[in-house]
Amino acid sequence: MSSFIFWFFAFLMLVFGAAVVINRNPIASALSLVICFMGLSALFMSLDAFFIGIIQVLVYAGAVMVLFLFIIMLLDLRVEKLRKINYVAVIGGAAVALAFFLQIYFVVRQLNAAQQPFPALTAKTDDVHNIGALLFTNFNLPFQIIGVLVLVATIGVIVLSKRELR
Amino acid sequence: MVTLGHYLIVSGMLFTIGFAGVLLRRNIIIIFMSLELMLNAANLSLVAFSRFRVADGLPSYNAQVFVFFIITVAAAEVAVGLAIIVALYRARQTTHVEDINTLKF
Repeated sequence: MSSFIFWFFAFLMLVFGAAVVINRNPIASALSLVICFMGLSALFMSLDAFFIGIIQVLVYAGAVMVLFLFIIMLLDLRVEKLRKINYVAVIGGAAVALAFFLQIYFVVRQLNAAQQPFPALTAKTDDVHNIGALLFTNFNLPFQIIGVLVLVATIGVIVLSKRELR
Repeated sequence: MVTLGHYLIVSGMLFTIGFAGVLLRRNIIIIFMSLELMLNAANLSLVAFSRFRVADGLPSYNAQVFVFFIITVAAAEVAVGLAIIVALYRARQTTHVEDINTLKF
């Protein structure tokens, strides 16, 4: 595991993640989110989780973000007009987020396992085979429930998208 | 040397960015994107823990199956959420959360 890959892609992911929040144009935000997910998928691959990395690019960068861009263009959202900013709310929100991060930071810092490097992989990793085998043996019931969930979501989206809601 | 802690801190930073987005932004679509950032931050720490817990020279694949389920549920959630946003936009012609305050006390 090369540490250069980690630092480069972690930096890329965090910069474009921040760009999602900072950009005022929704399309620029959506495109930044695509690059952020690309960096995240590279981080997954640096952790030897190649299957999850590929799935991340296919599902998020491919399907989900196209859906987002489609909806943004369908609703014809422009750069939003600047409204009166409620400074108390902004400062309060930023303070809550910062306090949350500091909590995570101090918990991770005093965690003993977090200081140790990753143990080496000795066997040949065969992600797709191993995950697929687990999916159809140990996790068979959750897998089928997920299938029903996706079906319900599809029907729900069709019902929600009808012109008349009754 | 990159340790487990580095990945957990990066995951925490990504979660914080998403959290700040939900708290600070007023455009409902940007809030939805920030929710996706938070989900993916959780996925990153799950994969890091899976790589950290090596048994028989292989990472623990249970966490990766869990991440697979999370990605599936998140995709379904995005579809339903965007359909709700479109229905809301048809009813109100806005995506600004301060204009949608019927339930506000």
